[in-house]
Amino acid sequence: MSWIGRSLPRLEDPLLVKGAGNYVADVARGAASVRFVRSPVASGTILGIEKPEDGLVFTAADLDGIKGIKPVLHRPDYVAIEQPVLAQDRVVFAGQAIAVVVAEDHATAEDLAEQVFVDIEPSDAALDVDLALQEGSPIVHVQAPANVLVEGKIRTAGLDDALKQAAATIKMEIRSRRQAAMPLETRGGVAQYDRASGRVTLFASVQMPHMLRTGIADVLGIPEADLRVVAPDVGGGFGQKMSLFPEYIILVWLARHLQRNLAWIEDRRENLMASTHSRDQAFTITGAFSADGKLLGVDADMRSNVGAFSCYPVTCGVEPLMALAELPGPYAVQEYGARSRGVTTNTCMMAPYRGVSRPTLTFSMERMMDVAARRLGIDPIEIRRRNLVDTFPHRTPTGLIYDEGSYRATMESAVNAIDLPAFRERQKREWAKGRYLGFGISVFNERTGYGTPAYAARGMDIVPGYEIVDCAMDPSGNVSVRIGASPHGQGLKTSLAQLVADELGVTPQTVRVISGDTDATPYGWGTFASRSMVIAGGASKLAAGKIASKLKLIAAALLESDVDHIDLNDGLAKVRNSNRSAPITELARAAYHQSHKFPGLGAGLHENAIYDPAGTFSNASHASIVEVDVETGQVKIERFVVAEDAGVLINPMIVDGQIHGGVAQGIANALYEEIVYDDLGNCLTTSLADFLPPTILEIPTIEIVHSYTMSDASITKAKGVGEGGLIGAPASVINAVVDALSPFGIEIFEMPATPQRILDHIRGKRAV
Amino acid sequence: MTDKVNITLRVNGKSYAIAVEPRRSLADALREDCGLTGTHLGCEHGVCGACTVLVGGKPVRACLMFAVQVGETEVRTVEGLAKGEVLHPLQKQFWENHGLQCGFCTPGFLMLAAGALEADPDISDDELREVLSSNLCRCTGYQNIIKAVKLAAAEMRK
Repeated sequence: MSWIGRSLPRLEDPLLVKGAGNYVADVARGAASVRFVRSPVASGTILGIEKPEDGLVFTAADLDGIKGIKPVLHRPDYVAIEQPVLAQDRVVFAGQAIAVVVAEDHATAEDLAEQVFVDIEPSDAALDVDLALQEGSPIVHVQAPANVLVEGKIRTAGLDDALKQAAATIKMEIRSRRQAAMPLETRGGVAQYDRASGRVTLFASVQMPHMLRTGIADVLGIPEADLRVVAPDVGGGFGQKMSLFPEYIILVWLARHLQRNLAWIEDRRENLMASTHSRDQAFTITGAFSADGKLLGVDADMRSNVGAFSCYPVTCGVEPLMALAELPGPYAVQEYGARSRGVTTNTCMMAPYRGVSRPTLTFSMERMMDVAARRLGIDPIEIRRRNLVDTFPHRTPTGLIYDEGSYRATMESAVNAIDLPAFRERQKREWAKGRYLGFGISVFNERTGYGTPAYAARGMDIVPGYEIVDCAMDPSGNVSVRIGASPHGQGLKTSLAQLVADELGVTPQTVRVISGDTDATPYGWGTFASRSMVIAGGASKLAAGKIASKLKLIAAALLESDVDHIDLNDGLAKVRNSNRSAPITELARAAYHQSHKFPGLGAGLHENAIYDPAGTFSNASHASIVEVDVETGQVKIERFVVAEDAGVLINPMIVDGQIHGGVAQGIANALYEEIVYDDLGNCLTTSLADFLPPTILEIPTIEIVHSYTMSDASITKAKGVGEGGLIGAPASVINAVVDALSPFGIEIFEMPATPQRILDHIRGKRAV
Repeated sequence: MTDKVNITLRVNGKSYAIAVEPRRSLADALREDCGLTGTHLGCEHGVCGACTVLVGGKPVRACLMFAVQVGETEVRTVEGLAKGEVLHPLQKQFWENHGLQCGFCTPGFLMLAAGALEADPDISDDELREVLSSNLCRCTGYQNIIKAVKLAAAEMRK
């Protein structure tokens, strides 16, 4: 019996539905409370800090010998900026931590923090990505006088000719407004000091526990052995919980300094103004098309607002360099030129958020296809057909290799599911009645499961990518799988248990996956970038496969059979085409207690494996139908179809869940969510009532159609699927909005397309 | 800082004699004074609903109510939903239908739905969606939350 491909209810859930999960705030009882005093201005010089007479208050001056956070990228165009853990002489964004207080409970800590008076002489702030590039803009860091921290360039030899030969050139000013990942659980840490050993255990709501241990130890100058990092149940991350934050460094420093247990649980206001943001991007893109709709070349100038600092370990290169490498997406473009800059401003730091740049890239390419189709009088589906990659492997102008995929087929599936011809008839009838319905499509691929080669190519000083998995079967036949990946809601423990169960011929219920504890798991890179199923899954398969081989040798010896004739299934080692078998539990016991009988095998069942793949591209197409209320600018999504290809689905229910959540965030990105700063650099969206995450009323039923392309780029044949929902949805929804409003002849190149912006377009008040 | 007040909270059929500052929210009192950490705090602004509990049978944002306001009224939290080892139909359907991913919003959704279904077992789909729009989930796109609640409603009507 195979467990792969079954929608097994998750092994994680019985505890969680009972409220018995163990999130970081749940281990905070009894710990003193830590609270940060944050800068109320975007830019300025600290003239003085007055501490209250009573209470534990610390500033940068108290932190002897602590370095800053300085992520490095080995590129000549990269300017490394050091982020101080507490601001010293100047502040560079509203929300930057300046001082830290400790009190018995969090209410008292808040009272104490309010008594810290910080005297700051404000100065002009650079906020907008394009204004920050202008001559005379305020300079955020003196090391980067043009406010550029990283700049990538590429230009193929034939681009200029392609632009000249074009029958139509489409020029767009794309704008993605600032987003936040907004996990429902904010950041937080509990540092426990062990007096006997002097070690600190840091429970923290993070995606990369080993990386956090390395980062904190480096900054504090302590051995990693003195620190244990535990990611307990984590209430969502979406990229926001990848980075090394000053707050965690302070927490560990304080626990060592004060020799006591301390808790910092971020509040929502801090999370929205001082954790990380993303996708504040402005792209100028020109697409050159032949008369028959072939995309001849793309020329792009892309600016990403990376905020005040560079995030560790992936750096501020993550958005601009992803944009540089991946703009063409699923389309076969021969000629490509791009300049992509990371621009520093006096705003909260940019860090990865599910999709990283690709929601904006896909939005750009998909808007371009629709505009070109209209300009050239070609059906929008047909123009895509003519340009989608359909032979594999495909090498892009930036050197990426696309493994086997189904780009055109998934698009056709999505369009068929919608029944486009029938919709077009209905659309005309409804327009005549004054109802504005529209259809939108997006096609994209999603680079997933990439190992060290991809990160090394980016020039990262810290090159993540591989995963190590330790797998053991104990004498009673129960399996433990220790992983360096660190799931936080993805159900990875269930999926890996299914995978390992199939390798070993046991049930998933006997497989315990252990993650998120640096004392209990091999060094690994955590969970991000749609990598865990592919990479931790691949390593788990390899490690479990070694144990399976050993079990088969033991079975062959005990059952007096050829090892090649042994199958592991249903808890038994069976000799093929015979009635001879032995329970796997007996083999496990024999491996430990009768090891002398199996000379050369070594005692016990304990193996590990490493997997470090080059990467595999999943792909999908999103089709949507929307209705726009032209009186209010409100958009209602009537249908949303995802046609997805992620190879083998280990647990289809979990895969669908990943798509659902991603699409909801993509709809939010398209229509609702935006982090807004005022002209002075104050963050105006500091509650969830301002940021506008969608409720159930804004999210339609999401229909999913699967395809299953088998790629050799992943040893489990599973491709990553974590980010796609969010990559494709914004483009699909906004294309549908533009289609609905085609009687008005408007174009939208900015997201979110809020009701106000849509009304401005309809009333002709908004320049295209 | 203010003096603490002695109060007795009735939670899930048990009494908790605790001393709290008048400014202590019900959510903090449940989590920190009663040790019932199943009630989660996602925003403390009354927007996300992760801290939803039932007070006198009605869904309440525990972050927006002071513990001293509760008085004698019975409070129910996610810890009181299952009967021993037997899961409540809502918990069972959330589990079987993947109604949760990270699980952080789940206790709030369970209590919100429990309150709504107890008040009106025959609640219409539209009304149910309206009620569920009180709370935020960041992982599921709500697809399997509505599915699980509808299945639980059907099971509870039997």
